Amino acid sequence: MRGLLSRLGSILESDPRKNPNAVVYLVLAVATIAFPIGVQVATRGSGSFLISQAADAGVYILLAIGLNVVVGFAGLLDLGYAAFFAIGAYTYAFVASDHLEFTPIHQALHIPFWIALLVGMFAAAGAGAILGAPTLRLRGDYLAIVTLGFGEIVPRLFRNASTWTSGVNGISALDTPALPIWLNGPWSGDALAIVQNFKIIDPLAYYVIMAILVAISVLLVNNLRRSRMGRAWMAVREDEVAAAAMGVNTVGVKLLAFSIGAAFSGFAGTFYGAKLSLVSPENFGFTVSITILIMVVLGGMGNIPGVIVGALLIYYVIFNILPGLPQQASDFANSIGATSLNSPSGDWPGLAGEVQRLKYLIFGLILVLTMLLRPQGLLPSRQRAEELQKGVHDDTTIEDVNAETT
Amino acid sequence: MVGSLKQARIAFVGAPIGRLVNLLVILAVLYAIFILATKIFAQGPSYFLQILTFGVANGAIYALVALGYTMVYGIIELINFAHGDLFTLGGFISVFLLPIFGLDASKAGTPGIILPLLAVFIVTMLICGAINVTIERVAYRPLRHAPRLAPLITAVGMSFVLEGVMFLWKGPFNVPYPNLLPTNGIVIGGATIGVKDIFVIVVAAILMIVLALFVSRSTLGKAMRATAQDQDATELMGIDINRTIAATFFIGAVLAGAGGTIFGLYYNTLVFDLGFSAGLFAFTAAVFGGIGNIQGAALGGLLIGLITALWDGYMESTWTQVIIFAILILVLVFRPTGLLGMRVPEK
Repeated sequence: MRGLLSRLGSILESDPRKNPNAVVYLVLAVATIAFPIGVQVATRGSGSFLISQAADAGVYILLAIGLNVVVGFAGLLDLGYAAFFAIGAYTYAFVASDHLEFTPIHQALHIPFWIALLVGMFAAAGAGAILGAPTLRLRGDYLAIVTLGFGEIVPRLFRNASTWTSGVNGISALDTPALPIWLNGPWSGDALAIVQNFKIIDPLAYYVIMAILVAISVLLVNNLRRSRMGRAWMAVREDEVAAAAMGVNTVGVKLLAFSIGAAFSGFAGTFYGAKLSLVSPENFGFTVSITILIMVVLGGMGNIPGVIVGALLIYYVIFNILPGLPQQASDFANSIGATSLNSPSGDWPGLAGEVQRLKYLIFGLILVLTMLLRPQGLLPSRQRAEELQKGVHDDTTIEDVNAETT
Repeated sequence: MVGSLKQARIAFVGAPIGRLVNLLVILAVLYAIFILATKIFAQGPSYFLQILTFGVANGAIYALVALGYTMVYGIIELINFAHGDLFTLGGFISVFLLPIFGLDASKAGTPGIILPLLAVFIVTMLICGAINVTIERVAYRPLRHAPRLAPLITAVGMSFVLEGVMFLWKGPFNVPYPNLLPTNGIVIGGATIGVKDIFVIVVAAILMIVLALFVSRSTLGKAMRATAQDQDATELMGIDINRTIAATFFIGAVLAGAGGTIFGLYYNTLVFDLGFSAGLFAFTAAVFGGIGNIQGAALGGLLIGLITALWDGYMESTWTQVIIFAILILVLVFRPTGLLGMRVPEK
């Protein structure tokens, strides 16, 4: 307890301009606790949709943290990250629903959610290791292509292998996560009682679980970053040849980063499948991979609080602002009297339709502009920022002096 | 001593597993070829010839797009993700230009379409070239010395921007492309080889021969090859690197624009996100043939076209894309230099 307090004290004393991370963590922690209360107060108790959405945002935070290990720490571009997300979600669908009964196995499996989380995690990590082992020897951008190909193959596999996955329809009615024992009481509107096998259906419960999972992940990844392994990742990212010369097993280190990233994705996928109670091959396309990449890049590659902020920001833009935008645009056009803009004619689909089509353009512009204007992201890791700044402006060349004299 | 022991152990454990994987992959490929061969024999030669024609025409289009990937990669080692979308944009621009040059479905198959069509081709190619040079100037040049990840991410972003523009322009629907070419053909051995097929193959072949001559004979082509080998040395020889790279992007886009127009004329339909999968296929072709190698891209395009057509024709077409991407991964894993190969130094 005293350690925690002194840590808090040091956070308050440190200069936020030099290292905003501590402040960001503090703000995020407070916001996490205040958010459900605030929402319930603001909406007079009917904010469960927003809380549920916040829990979904948590899935994306997990994904972004995981991709950050791959892209931000180890410098490997993974363009098929959604594939591992799909593997996690489908693993949960297989091991925790009646579905296997309709496959050639004819025997349904119902593994508890908490064990399934681990199963999904290891399935995805295994897939990552299988894909990574032969391909991580390749140079950086070839790896990007291999992962892109993998990311295209996996959803198609789930869609085409319909005897196992029921194809485009996906798998529905997945098991609801349950706690073995739970205390009901006035706080949930029931009488005081001990319940066994408590089913989690309340959005707030998902939110709390998600917050805890994210907190654990942040701790884990922070420890990883500071470990010998983390330093090896950065070394490989900066200069693979130099790292190898210093005795870093580059392929092994990269493989571990890749698998850990995949594990996070599988973990998030399992949670996603359980919460939605449905998996479908359409939910894991290239746009999902790119969305997560945008979160990492915009937030600040390599810096965990930055990545979390990036994930929240992009999630908010994509799932809150963009879906509401067409309606707002047409309302705005009505309010200024330009109603003709709203009626579709010929090629013009009406203002709402036109605004709805902006998604791709916005995606693309965010990526290009971030890279051009602030390549280090909103909350960059200091090291990474320096390296990006330096990289753009000068190339130092080391000359071999001996070559001329001998 | 310890090191050599460790190496011996890796050789002992690693090599058999590696060889086992190699063997399994070879067996899988042979099995697929065997199944394909039995189906080809069962269906008879005329169907096979038909599929072959289709595959070559399709492959010619892939080859045109693959050339752009391979040239840009050869010179600045960037996988230009936006290239596939430029190909689609070429189709969109030409469908916009057709009525301006007085071409519509009523003139289909008449000799009067030749000159206006040529004009449409040239204008589309020039516009595409100009767009690509602009993209290079705005999005890639500022990042030329940044870490490799940066321009790659920008290229993905640019691909989304182009798709977004086309999405805004035409919406999510299929865009019909007027059927201008004659629909008749020559019957050989029970298979019909259409005028369309011949047109596609001939136009693509002409463009590729012109490109090959340009790169091997002209001064600018020489400058491009020099830049691909060593930028610093080339600059010291008094060659403007920026101009040379811009020219490479221009030529790549010109070919993509022509490819998009040919695609439209051949398939008579376009859609805004066509470039994503077509671009990936073309990139696979470029990698297959050996990235950075112009002849390789042409060969790879042809092979990918043939594989696509064969799989579509004889197996389940839903698996075709999976097969192509699997080929991409396998080629990268087992032979990153591709079939014809060009040694790309690790930088």
